[in-house]
Amino acid sequence: MKNESFKNPSGKDSPVGKFQADSSTGEFWKAGKSILIFILAFLYLVPVIVLFLTSFKTQIQIMEKGFGWFFMPTLMNYSNVLLEQGFLRYMTNSLIVGLASTFVTLIIGGFASYALVRFNFFGKGTISFGTLLLRMIPPAVLVVPIYVLWSYFGLADTRLGLVIIYVGLNLPFTIWVLISFIADVPVELEEAAVVDGCGPWRIFFTVILPLIKPGLAAAAIFTFRIAWNEFILALVLTNRMTRTLPVATTIYLTDTGIEWGNITAMGTLVALPAIIFTFLAAKQLIAGLTAGAVKG
Amino acid sequence: MAQQRLFKGITPYLFVAPAVFVLAFTCLYPVLKGFELTFYDWSLGTPIESRKYIGWENFVWAWQDPALFNSIKVTLLFTAFAVTAELFLGLLIAFLLEKGIKGIVVLRTVFIIPIMIAPVVVGLLWRYLFDANFGLINHIVSLLGFEPKVWLGTPGLALPAVIITDIWQWTPFMFILFLAGLQSLPKDPVEAAQVDGATTWQVIRQVKLPLLAPVIWVAVILRIIDAFRSLEVMFIMTFGGPGRETEVLSLNIYKTAFMSQRLGLAAVNAIFLLAFILLLSMAFLIIARPALSKK
Repeated sequence: MKNESFKNPSGKDSPVGKFQADSSTGEFWKAGKSILIFILAFLYLVPVIVLFLTSFKTQIQIMEKGFGWFFMPTLMNYSNVLLEQGFLRYMTNSLIVGLASTFVTLIIGGFASYALVRFNFFGKGTISFGTLLLRMIPPAVLVVPIYVLWSYFGLADTRLGLVIIYVGLNLPFTIWVLISFIADVPVELEEAAVVDGCGPWRIFFTVILPLIKPGLAAAAIFTFRIAWNEFILALVLTNRMTRTLPVATTIYLTDTGIEWGNITAMGTLVALPAIIFTFLAAKQLIAGLTAGAVKG
Repeated sequence: MAQQRLFKGITPYLFVAPAVFVLAFTCLYPVLKGFELTFYDWSLGTPIESRKYIGWENFVWAWQDPALFNSIKVTLLFTAFAVTAELFLGLLIAFLLEKGIKGIVVLRTVFIIPIMIAPVVVGLLWRYLFDANFGLINHIVSLLGFEPKVWLGTPGLALPAVIITDIWQWTPFMFILFLAGLQSLPKDPVEAAQVDGATTWQVIRQVKLPLLAPVIWVAVILRIIDAFRSLEVMFIMTFGGPGRETEVLSLNIYKTAFMSQRLGLAAVNAIFLLAFILLLSMAFLIIARPALSKK
């Protein structure tokens, strides 16, 4: 390997002054970088800003030549979406499915992660390996058999059916994240609890769970996000009554002569929780995104 | 001591049982059921009794199906271009912005938004941006003095448009992983190289990149797997069109099952997707295992 070269520092003639030279030119570089960062951040957000602005435009303003950055905003699109089109029912469905699957995933995933970190038992390797593999299965592979099976079991067109499949889809990731957090809990705490006469379940709920709150938060946000955003399974597994928001959004899209005002309003409402989570919990999100890939 | 034995006996199995049961029911069983479906001729919407056992006929059909091979080609093209661009852009931004600057926290937060919002919303938002009549992109194109284009309806333009959308959404993922990787690099080799008089470029090429290699591999493979799974953005932006130019394998499976109503054939196509994903996952585990167990 080429990186051998840094292993023998030629200590005598090393130019110590080089570092000072670096820091003086660094000032320009730093200012340049800050500007670069803001330009990048703005460019990155332009599509989202366009979505947001358009949702406050009238159909006439949208059809004008060119893109208007300044205009008289209207709430008409939002009142259309919120009042007329069953939106509240779809939002309730999304909320129920999202919250229920998040709660169940965290509990079940927490149990499994605890066992995988702290206990030695026959089949442990198979389970952790299998979990990693299952994480990769694409929804498109599942969509046909799940549709067939769920129809057969009477789970199709129910919110329960969606919750079950979302718990399954999210468990591998949740277990993966929680394992790394539980491994960081000092074993001495649990040993002390055993001496005090605690059983494994009480230890899990009273010692482990409170100590892995950041991990639970990261896993919860990602699970809720999948459940809130998931499209293809929800498309085939729901009907008019149990439809979730992403599916509802596409139904307005397939119409000829798209009403961009209404659709962007709906898109904004669907994206809103994600944007709020992002600003509230950026740290947990990064922990979740980098889990397993980077050990910090 | 009694406690100790209790922990080792049946308890672990009670802890993992719910997860194992749910995963078996929602992932393993459906995958097996998918294999079974490949041997049947069964139209969507007809009762399960009406399906007909036809042996390997669906596989024969799939082998002669240009749509299947087209969708594999589209998936590979989409993945190759998108992930390559995301890799280099991600590395570039990470190295440019690596050193401690206040604004980077803002940028990192802003960068998470495309990852967090629903793919359906990403799709409709870029469909609007690429819209031939009202889209911002055609507006900019005509401001620059070029001819506006029907981006999503013109062969040769639709796939690039979808790839650009993916790059917008997922470059931040690469950047975040690389930044985290750079921040957790050991300081000594970098400083030693600087003491030796290495230029910034030499430090990056010969010290940081080799040290970052495991993270880069993990990021690339995770992104490839994700790109193979993506479907919503094409579903919304083009529904696979024009023709079948943007019909990725996932979308092909959906269309075969729920538009052409051929569940057996769709199950065969799903096996192709599964095979690709399994290969990639194996690669991921081989590469990520050392990184995971190092801890």
